[in-house]
Amino acid sequence: MSLVLNEEQIFLKDSAKKFASEKTPTTHFREVRDSEIDNCYDDKIWQEMVSLGWTGILVPEEFGGSNFGVAGISSILEELGRTLTPSPLFSTAVVGVSLIKHASDDVKKDILIKVVQDGLRLCFAIEESNHHDPVKISCEAKKDGSDFIISGEKSFVIDGGFADKVIVACRTSGKEGTKDGISLFVLDADSKGLTITPTKMVDSRNAANMKFENVKVSSDTLIGKEDNAYEIIESVLDISRAAISAEMLGSALQAYEITLDYLKEREQFGSKIGSFQALQHRAAIMFSELELCKSCVIESITSFDEGGNDSERLASLSKAKVGEVFHLISNESVQMHGGIGVTDEYDIGLYLKRARVAEQIFGDSNFHKNRYAELTGY
Amino acid sequence: MENLDQFRKETKEWLEENCPPEMRKPMGPGDVVWGGRNCKFPHPDAKLWLERMGEKGWTCPTWPKEYSGGGLSFDENKILQEELMAIRARPALSSFGIWMLGPALLEFASEEQKKKYIPEIVKGEIRWCQGYSEPGSGSDLASLKTKAEDNGDHFVVNGQKVWTSYADDCDMIFTLVRTGPQEPKHDGISFLLIDMDQPGVTTKPIKLISGKSPFCETFFDNAIVPKENLVSELNKGWDVAKRLLQHERNMIAGMGLGGAGSAKKKKDQTISSGMATLAKTYVGEEEGKLANAGLRQKIASFDINSHAFSLTMKRASEESKSSNSGPSPASSMFKYYGSESNKLRYELMLEAMGTKALGWEGEGFGPAELAITREWLRTKANSIEGGTSEVQLNIIAKRVLDLPQ
Repeated sequence: MSLVLNEEQIFLKDSAKKFASEKTPTTHFREVRDSEIDNCYDDKIWQEMVSLGWTGILVPEEFGGSNFGVAGISSILEELGRTLTPSPLFSTAVVGVSLIKHASDDVKKDILIKVVQDGLRLCFAIEESNHHDPVKISCEAKKDGSDFIISGEKSFVIDGGFADKVIVACRTSGKEGTKDGISLFVLDADSKGLTITPTKMVDSRNAANMKFENVKVSSDTLIGKEDNAYEIIESVLDISRAAISAEMLGSALQAYEITLDYLKEREQFGSKIGSFQALQHRAAIMFSELELCKSCVIESITSFDEGGNDSERLASLSKAKVGEVFHLISNESVQMHGGIGVTDEYDIGLYLKRARVAEQIFGDSNFHKNRYAELTGY
Repeated sequence: MENLDQFRKETKEWLEENCPPEMRKPMGPGDVVWGGRNCKFPHPDAKLWLERMGEKGWTCPTWPKEYSGGGLSFDENKILQEELMAIRARPALSSFGIWMLGPALLEFASEEQKKKYIPEIVKGEIRWCQGYSEPGSGSDLASLKTKAEDNGDHFVVNGQKVWTSYADDCDMIFTLVRTGPQEPKHDGISFLLIDMDQPGVTTKPIKLISGKSPFCETFFDNAIVPKENLVSELNKGWDVAKRLLQHERNMIAGMGLGGAGSAKKKKDQTISSGMATLAKTYVGEEEGKLANAGLRQKIASFDINSHAFSLTMKRASEESKSSNSGPSPASSMFKYYGSESNKLRYELMLEAMGTKALGWEGEGFGPAELAITREWLRTKANSIEGGTSEVQLNIIAKRVLDLPQ
């Protein structure tokens, strides 16, 4: 896989950098966060992203997309992660689109074109407990003629509070905790019997709980085959894990750079605090760890587009490593800022909160260390 | 691309014809060929292999042809290394001349010096060692006291160096000496090439906590060094020294490689982790998982870091490919991470093997087990030699992050 970006990916990254600095600096995040609306979401910004073509980056050209690949969209997410840009880009353009690509041609035509043109918003309802576990699925879909009736609950649905369409992982057979018997459906968020409750997360990332009470869906809305969606889920999760690692890398880099600047300007005991060896060594260690993260992320995001056969392990490598390093940096950044680090006025605390929630998305470092070991044969 | 394919084809053919069968067998500890005036070859084929590779300049594949190097491009060298690996060829020559001195000479030496010394390194005719540290100058290397006094057409050198690896088997030593006692410490140091075959130079081996070691003390007692052996200008040796240390650090960083990450997964091949395999042998497994959950978690962390590190080494090499800039202050990052990682590797082996990795000699332990005990102790020096981990972090802080002094 490549360890350097190609021209196209660099172009996308640069335009996202420009977008984030001009349209969504952290002041934008604060404005939306502090407004009265339920979700941390600004439709105007979202429509601008749509008009830049970002929602179509993973969409095949026949449905109006650009097919620029996982590395392309991930490079954008990395830059947006730097300024904590609130948007449903990850849940829609990465997770949602990757899932819908496995749906029937009719569904693809219907949904993907709208995602590209109108910014139709997608979300993926999979989690049912307080830790990521893609086989722990008990939300049930019972066959009823040519329909299915869904009953059960989902939690931590990213951007679920204002999505237009919900893709839900259900059990159609088998026992909770097994890979067989899982099916995927796509349905409207305002379907009868579906109650969506936005949950306010500590970092204002949008998430929601969902309750399905006898929600009727047609079998046409199945993504993949009945009982056999696990493989699709796992492959989409890996793309998503790599992409969210890129976003987390962006946030970690920004938190680190803010801190480095602070070390160069803050004075105590008559010296810049950055001249103290106790802080210098920790800064140097963080620098080294970030260099390792960059390599993991780029190797992982390019592996999908280049048809590598180690994408699963690289996704876990990336999510585990970046998760740990973002964790470290978020803690150290606050500590190195001293008192102002724990004030809401300074941005650095926002990254601490963002780190913890992002770590949980599709598996934390413990989950992925375990998976990495399994995939490596021990 | 076509040219590279052609190059691969020719390389393959040449290696097939010229790499003796004996040189395709795994190496034992005594099989390294270091070159030098009194070079010991483990087998007549090793001599033949060195002569052939040296003749082509492929002991130093990317060095310029005019100094007998291979003159290969980055991509050609990559192919050569791949083809050497494919037939499991032993390195024809290992030397500090290749890893450290040569690159510094190419950058800093005069034309005459390059013409004299570089071909000798390529062909393995002269074996070099490094005279940097002194008993009172470790991390604070620039405080070194070994002095060289001007005596007309030559310098007279007096003082002591320490940690001079293999000094007792070497022909020449590249040395940092004080030539400007009145100057600020960094500005009074020169870089001298000293022939060890003279009465004024003596060596004495050092025994380490791991037992016997290649390290020596080297004493200069009115050693005579011709003026033409000064590299770069008088009192400008620190620039050469720093550059050479970066090469040394890159070399040490490479020791941190290995583990699950460096093994590239090929089609339909399952990947394995050397550490996990070792641990399974000593700890056992349950349903395919390493039986000790705590150790398994530690090994997974280690493998992940080691995988990430090897990707980073690769990334740095791809990035430098276009700029052709050689090592940078970021090589301190590699030295820091690589040596810390290698220490951790051995700590984990000890943890996995329990008392089996704690034998010193004799009955009750296999030779591989006894070797691990010694190697574990030896790794403790990884984060000390070539600049301690703390010194590397200082360099990153100051020269990469630009933090205030």
